[in-house]
Amino acid sequence: MKAYLTRRYLFSASHRLHSSAMPDEWNRETYGKCNNPHGHGHNYQLEVTVSGPVDSKTGMVCNLVDLDGFVHNEIVERFGHQNLNMLPEFATEVPTTENLCVAIYEILRRGFRHAHLEKVRMEETMMNSFAYAGGAELRD
Amino acid sequence: MTMVYLTRKAEFAASHYYHNPEFTPEQNRAIFGKCNNPNGHGHNYTLEVTVKGSVDPKSGFVVDLKQLKDVMNREVLDAMDHRFLNKEVPEFATRIPTTENLAVAIWQRLAPKLKAAQLHRIRVYETPDLFVDFYGEA
Repeated sequence: MKAYLTRRYLFSASHRLHSSAMPDEWNRETYGKCNNPHGHGHNYQLEVTVSGPVDSKTGMVCNLVDLDGFVHNEIVERFGHQNLNMLPEFATEVPTTENLCVAIYEILRRGFRHAHLEKVRMEETMMNSFAYAGGAELRD
Repeated sequence: MTMVYLTRKAEFAASHYYHNPEFTPEQNRAIFGKCNNPNGHGHNYTLEVTVKGSVDPKSGFVVDLKQLKDVMNREVLDAMDHRFLNKEVPEFATRIPTTENLAVAIWQRLAPKLKAAQLHRIRVYETPDLFVDFYGEA
């Protein structure tokens, strides 16, 4: 019996949207206020969805202790209270929430072994959110 | 391909009532209940527009959120916010402004105006406990 489990996490970080490959004017036009050289921050809400058969002994898709431990160590500790532009993931990529979503999905896909990763969803603000499922079609 | 889904929310308030002129007054009252009151009633609607597309390697964006917001404001909110949907929004001259039809109408307004990304889903909450999803399917 397959079930899906979603857990929410919260971390705060700063970023500046700026592509050093492009002229300053393009950056100002494309990113507007987000191009402010000193950066700005968000409280990011992260949702991780995993799936798998419900284990007949535990009644669980995945032990939340394992998921929480992984996300805390590999994601919240890595991105929380950081300036995203300074991290190796964003040495060449602009730290838009699209790219952050993909980066977090890839960390989970490579390292999390306790259940199948379905989707990473991130709310940058209450009014916008982003989801990435490794290129798969979403229906929710 | 790095396909990412982006959802933008907006809120608007509008009034409506449910009435089908092909039904008798009794049928209208029986089917639509309190929603058939011809003077209308209102809701605070929450709209979620989801687009999908690949992340532009230069900008890191699927779509410029400001452009999406501008299109939503122009095509949907300017037309529907603080309006009586039956009387002031042309789609509802002949269609009943249910949340289902509202989702379809919003899809039809937005789909031709979105250039950089593809429209994936329109979700309209009539109240926090009731929402409709439309994926543009026939």
